[in-house]
Amino acid sequence: MESRGSEAARQMSAGRLMVIRIVAALSLAAGTAYLVWRWGWSLNPEYLWIAVPLVVAETYALIDGFLFAITIWRMKVRGPAPAPPEGATVDVFITTYNEPVDLVARTAQAAKAIDWSHKTWILDDGARPEVEALARELEVGYITRSAAWQGKSRHAKAGNLNNALFQTDGEFLLILDADQIPEPEILRRMLGWFDDPEVALVQSPQWFSNVEESDPLGSQAPLFYGPVQQGKDGWNAAFFCGSNAVLRREALMQLGIIGYVRETERTVRNALKVSQQLLAKTEKSLARSGEHTVKRAVGRLRRAAAKSLARIDAGEPVQLVSWDFQRVVDDTSRDLVASDLAAIQADLIALSELRGGEQVAEAIDEEAVRELAQLEWSPLAAVERVSTLVRAVDVDRSSEALPVMPVSSLSVTEDMETCMLLHSHGWKSVYHHEILAKGLAPEDLGTMLKQRLRWAQGTMQVLLTRNPLTLKGLQIGQRLSYFATMWSYLTGFAAIIFLAAPILYLTTGVMPVLAWGTTFLSFFIPYFLLNQLLFALVGYGVKTWRGQQYTLALFPVWIKALVTAANNVWFGRPLDFAVTEKRRGTGSSRFPFQLIWPQLAFMAALALATVTGLSLLFIPGAADNTLGEPLTPLGVGVNTAWVIYDLIVLSVIVRAALYRVPEVEPITGTEEKEH
Amino acid sequence: MEFEERTRGTASVLAPRGKLNLVTAPAVKAKIDELVASGSPRIVVDLSEVTFMDSSGLGALIGSLKSARQAGGDMRIAAAGEQVRAVLKLTNLDRILAPHDTVEDASRGW
Repeated sequence: MESRGSEAARQMSAGRLMVIRIVAALSLAAGTAYLVWRWGWSLNPEYLWIAVPLVVAETYALIDGFLFAITIWRMKVRGPAPAPPEGATVDVFITTYNEPVDLVARTAQAAKAIDWSHKTWILDDGARPEVEALARELEVGYITRSAAWQGKSRHAKAGNLNNALFQTDGEFLLILDADQIPEPEILRRMLGWFDDPEVALVQSPQWFSNVEESDPLGSQAPLFYGPVQQGKDGWNAAFFCGSNAVLRREALMQLGIIGYVRETERTVRNALKVSQQLLAKTEKSLARSGEHTVKRAVGRLRRAAAKSLARIDAGEPVQLVSWDFQRVVDDTSRDLVASDLAAIQADLIALSELRGGEQVAEAIDEEAVRELAQLEWSPLAAVERVSTLVRAVDVDRSSEALPVMPVSSLSVTEDMETCMLLHSHGWKSVYHHEILAKGLAPEDLGTMLKQRLRWAQGTMQVLLTRNPLTLKGLQIGQRLSYFATMWSYLTGFAAIIFLAAPILYLTTGVMPVLAWGTTFLSFFIPYFLLNQLLFALVGYGVKTWRGQQYTLALFPVWIKALVTAANNVWFGRPLDFAVTEKRRGTGSSRFPFQLIWPQLAFMAALALATVTGLSLLFIPGAADNTLGEPLTPLGVGVNTAWVIYDLIVLSVIVRAALYRVPEVEPITGTEEKEH
Repeated sequence: MEFEERTRGTASVLAPRGKLNLVTAPAVKAKIDELVASGSPRIVVDLSEVTFMDSSGLGALIGSLKSARQAGGDMRIAAAGEQVRAVLKLTNLDRILAPHDTVEDASRGW
């Protein structure tokens, strides 16, 4: 790894970058030419049902290529950081949930030994007495959730970090997962980048010490923690990856304050809107009844809600408006109680029990407005409803444990989300290309698949909830950097088509293109070769092949991630719906068919299709009954080559399934689940 | 951190002196929580002597506002200087927290 970038290394990298740009441009030109020909001249009108999906998948891949080229276009190879800011105070956070105590102990010891003045804290979300004892023994800080979290949403790792932020006071925070053992010089090497007051984040690579040279599970990500992060860095979009990163407290806090303001205003506004509609409806239905006290109360509340909303719209601080509104509500309920309403009170209690009490206040959104407006409420129930809503017309964000939540938690990838928000508020990030902590990767296929699924789900959640292409405040390069990562996760759908098309041709003669002829080859081969050359150049000296294999081979994971994330964001379904259970331990000697059956099925189909294709070609008369065109030698040749490529790529998953760690005891814990 | 503490009608007035930043924020929050717990949840924080505020300082104010509101009271800020007003504006916190010009203004209506 080219860590301590000397001047010579940088010079070389400038030359290398030039070559990379030229090859990238050529590759994209060849790709564009190929796709123009594909769309314009090659589609087989007889079989548009496969011709169109295939060309769409190829277009997807070309766009991916463009985004990749943009990413690496401004690859920033930084040298060592400047001298650290003098007297910088640092808190080192070790986040843990259920990892083995000896693992936490090793990391905590190493953290304590970091040679820059700092305080070390174990953030134990499992609140385990043995971890507390460990912290006492090592004389490091120990933090668990405060009482405020009781009965509130815990927000997983983001919640754990936020909880700790309010109990510590360092200017900078080094975040370490429980398995990431830091080098003593980690802070001295990284802190200097904060010299620039606009830098909010410095990320160093994640590298795993328990992975053998061949890396069967594709744990190391040398392309990402290298050219890709350096490329994003060039656009001031280096990603925060959850661990081995230093953050500036001020930046996080500012984000938290801004988020508090946004959420409070939204909640209050919505609560007032719901109240107003509900009360207006009730007032109408009360018009002919004789319940004067109630009628008066409802009218007064409705006017107060309307006035409050108008005041907020006019820019008055929510603190004042909510204070006044609460006073009106208090007075009104006093009036109601004063008039003898004992019987009515009893009704109210019965009603609120019947309808599940406070649920309304928690789900105040557009949908709730509609829902509430549609229901037929009795006037008294309406007043009761409003009094629960009133609690939401406040500035204390009472549904959350902490009013201010600096680390974002809308998605399960709090790191990416927080980073994107930091960028959108004008903060800078830095990628520091030097391994300064060594961690432990998952050691079996099941755990690895689960981890990849959650990363992909989180990324998709962020894309669907805060689209980087439209999020206010991002620069164009940052938009594209985030979008590139999200776009790459859509690859699952393209993969299925790339796997299915040769099977279709070899077994049925159905051709997505007019001819597998020399025209096809003369457009395709330059594009393919230049693309491979680009990868080789960008990944020079690092192993990128594993990553390429898994990009295709994990297609079921990517598809599942997208489907579950969309269901989660749009329909509120939990992400864990039908997530594969971790298998390690119980079934470690068995081949995990259930985890990778789609890949195995495709591999079998690809192999069978090749045999079929060759038989159809060579056995006279065999092809007479095929659905499509008669097979040609060139067609079979092209498709067989295609199949072989697919099989080589997919074979990684079989290797991963067969992989067994020498020892039995599991080392890594599962991450905390919430959604 | 130094505080000056006085009462004004039913309200407690707290005047921190110096920087309200990541170092001093926990003390301010603790002080206000203490006042709330001792039964005076109506608090005015007089910021006239605060020379500098960062986001941690703002976080302490929001935390205090939450404690005060939950105890049926309120936490109001007064006499903020230029720098404090600037950070309130930068974070949009002035949309929520009303910066009153004087302690008198802040304690009006109590």
